[in-house]
Amino acid sequence: MNFLHQPWPWYVAGPLIGLIVPLLLLIGNKAFGISSSLRHICAACFPGKIPFFQYDWKKESWNLFFVGGVCLGAALTLVFFYNNQPVQLNPATIAALKASGVQEFDELMPGDIFNWSRVASPAGLVFFILGGFLVGFGTRYAGGCTSGHSIMGLSTLQWPSLVATICFMAGGFIMTNLVLPHLMKWLL
Amino acid sequence: MKNVKYLLLGALFGIILVKSEVISWFRIQEMFRLESFHMYGVIGSAVITGMLGVLLIRKFNIRTLSGDPVVIPQKVFTKGNIYGGLLFGLGWAITGACPGPLFAQVGSGFTVVIVTLLSAIAGTWVYGRVKEKLPH
Repeated sequence: MNFLHQPWPWYVAGPLIGLIVPLLLLIGNKAFGISSSLRHICAACFPGKIPFFQYDWKKESWNLFFVGGVCLGAALTLVFFYNNQPVQLNPATIAALKASGVQEFDELMPGDIFNWSRVASPAGLVFFILGGFLVGFGTRYAGGCTSGHSIMGLSTLQWPSLVATICFMAGGFIMTNLVLPHLMKWLL
Repeated sequence: MKNVKYLLLGALFGIILVKSEVISWFRIQEMFRLESFHMYGVIGSAVITGMLGVLLIRKFNIRTLSGDPVVIPQKVFTKGNIYGGLLFGLGWAITGACPGPLFAQVGSGFTVVIVTLLSAIAGTWVYGRVKEKLPH
C-alpha cells in the first residue's frame, strides 16, 4: 500500500500510460486522444450552425466517458492515496519561480495562483482564461494534443504528429523561458 | 453499459497522471526549464511502450475484443500541426496542463481549473467557428 501513497517514478508511470494505446485499440478500436472530448462537448451543447460541429457526437461518447474517468481517477487518488508532500522539484526551479513571485510550493499546484480568489484578477485572466483558450484552440487547430499526437501519433510512427510535438515543445519553451517570468513578476 | 470500460480505463489514466505528478504545474515548469528528466522520462517511455504494443498488434494480427481488425487512423499533415501546435505549447506552459491533466487537476481538488476547462471548450468552439479562415 505504501507504493500507492508515494509519487510514482517516470519508469512506472510512462509505460503504464503507453499501455493505454494498445488497450484502447483492443477493447474497442479507439484511438487514444483527449482533446477531441472538447470538440464533442461543443458538438453536444452548442453546435450552432458551424459545420465543424455537425456530426454524430454520440458515436464518440466513449471519449467523454474516458475523460470523466480521468476526473474520477484523480478524485479517488486525492481521497485514498493523498501523500500530503510537496513535489520534489529541482531547487533551481523553486528559486526561479520564487523570484517570479510564486509563494506556495506545498501541493501539486501553486495554491497562491490556482484558487478561486484569482478568477476575476489579471492573473486569473492569464492563467485560466488565456491559458485555457490557447489549449482548446491550439489542440484543435493542431488536430490533437499530447495524448493524440505525442503518444498515440508517435507510437504509430506518424510524422505529422512529430511535427506537432516539436511545435508543442517550442511553444512551451518560449512561454516558460521568455514570457512567463516577466508576466508573473507583474501579475503575482 | 459498453462505455463503462472506457470510464474505468480513464480512471486508471487519471490515477497515473496524479501519482506521477504529470498534472503538476511545477513539473511542467521544470520540464520547459530543462531542470528535470521526469516529464521527458514519462512521455518517452510511454511512446516506446505504445510503439511496442502497436508493433505486437500488427505483427501477430491481434484483433479487437469483438473480433474486428485493429484500425489506426492516419494523421494528415496540415499547417495547423505547426501553428496550432505552437499555440497549444504556449497554453500548456501557462496552465501547466494539456487537456488530460486539466480534467485530472479538477478531480484533484483544484476546482478553479473548471474555469480553464470552460475556456478551453470556448477555444475549441472559436476554432470551429473560424476554421475556414485559417491557413491549413
